[in-house]
Amino acid sequence: MATKIATFITMLLFWVMLSGMFDAFHFSLGVISCLLVTLFSHELLFYGDKKRSWVLGILGVVLYFPWLFWQIIVANLEVAYIVLHPRMLDMIDPCLVRFNTQLKRPIARVALAQSITLTPGTITVNIDEDQFTVYALTRSAAESLPGEMERRVGKALDSAS
Amino acid sequence: MENLFLISSLVFIVLVALCLVRVIGGPTVLDRILGANVIGTKVTVFLLIIGVLYKNVAMFVDIAIAYALLNFITTLGAAKYFLHRKKAGLQEND
Amino acid sequence: MLWIAGFLIVAGLFFFAVGVLGILRFPDFYTRLHAAGKCDSLAAVLVIAGVALYNLTDYSLANLLVSIKIMAIAVFVFVASPTATHAITKAALVIGVEPWTRKDREQ
Repeated sequence: MATKIATFITMLLFWVMLSGMFDAFHFSLGVISCLLVTLFSHELLFYGDKKRSWVLGILGVVLYFPWLFWQIIVANLEVAYIVLHPRMLDMIDPCLVRFNTQLKRPIARVALAQSITLTPGTITVNIDEDQFTVYALTRSAAESLPGEMERRVGKALDSAS
Repeated sequence: MENLFLISSLVFIVLVALCLVRVIGGPTVLDRILGANVIGTKVTVFLLIIGVLYKNVAMFVDIAIAYALLNFITTLGAAKYFLHRKKAGLQEND
Repeated sequence: MLWIAGFLIVAGLFFFAVGVLGILRFPDFYTRLHAAGKCDSLAAVLVIAGVALYNLTDYSLANLLVSIKIMAIAVFVFVASPTATHAITKAALVIGVEPWTRKDREQ
């Protein structure tokens, strides 16, 4: 029941944001469609284990995000340096890396994959059970995996065992 | 500030034209999809800037949202299509 | 406020240009993905944030709503861009696009 209410409130906030009209007709249309969506797919948005509270999860994401953004800026400057370098081909050395992750929850794995794609010289190709396949642009970027990022994602989203 | 938006829209046009080189030139099909995806992201942002220039951001935001969604789904659909075509053994030589 | 917005837009344009140059200059498909996947998402978020700030300069409730909508686009791009990159990479690996390596350079 709690997930249904949470989904409904999130959907309604999203509706109000998108429509921007507050008269009775449009608002009631929004309430009806949000109710329908909640009825059909309430287990999609907030799902899974009840062990971890949402407040803690949101706090973790809020703490993780500034660090991620800083890493993204650093990554982009690195890529910009490589792209603008006249002898670019000498600097890149692409390779495939595989490593195993300790993260358990699916959402934490997805967050790690997205973060890897967005940060220095690496793209996540595939997640198979525990194994990540990562395509790295330079040798040093490949060696830095999984490193600090996995620890931080684990702290933010994965229950500490 | 108006001038900045005008200049940035000109820059956007040049960048989209450069992306078209990649879309037309190839070498593989996936390069073309990638180029189209990048153009889509640029156009999403470009629509917002057009909105500012015409002083009607409220309308253009909705168009930009729809365009971003369409762009994402197009890329996913194209990638999935080529995945399945390979599995069916229908890959062309290019 | 205006200066911050202008700075964000110019920085975003710079990263867009770097992304396009990368797509044109890198030797193979996978390395092009690096330029496209990273530079594009950051640049889009920067320019969108700049436009949202500019939109807030004459403050009203309607403008605030529009700005929140603009930031929703930014969040969507931030989530969708890596996912699209990931999907294309996987398709390329399954199809069997040859990666560029150091050996190709030495030939």
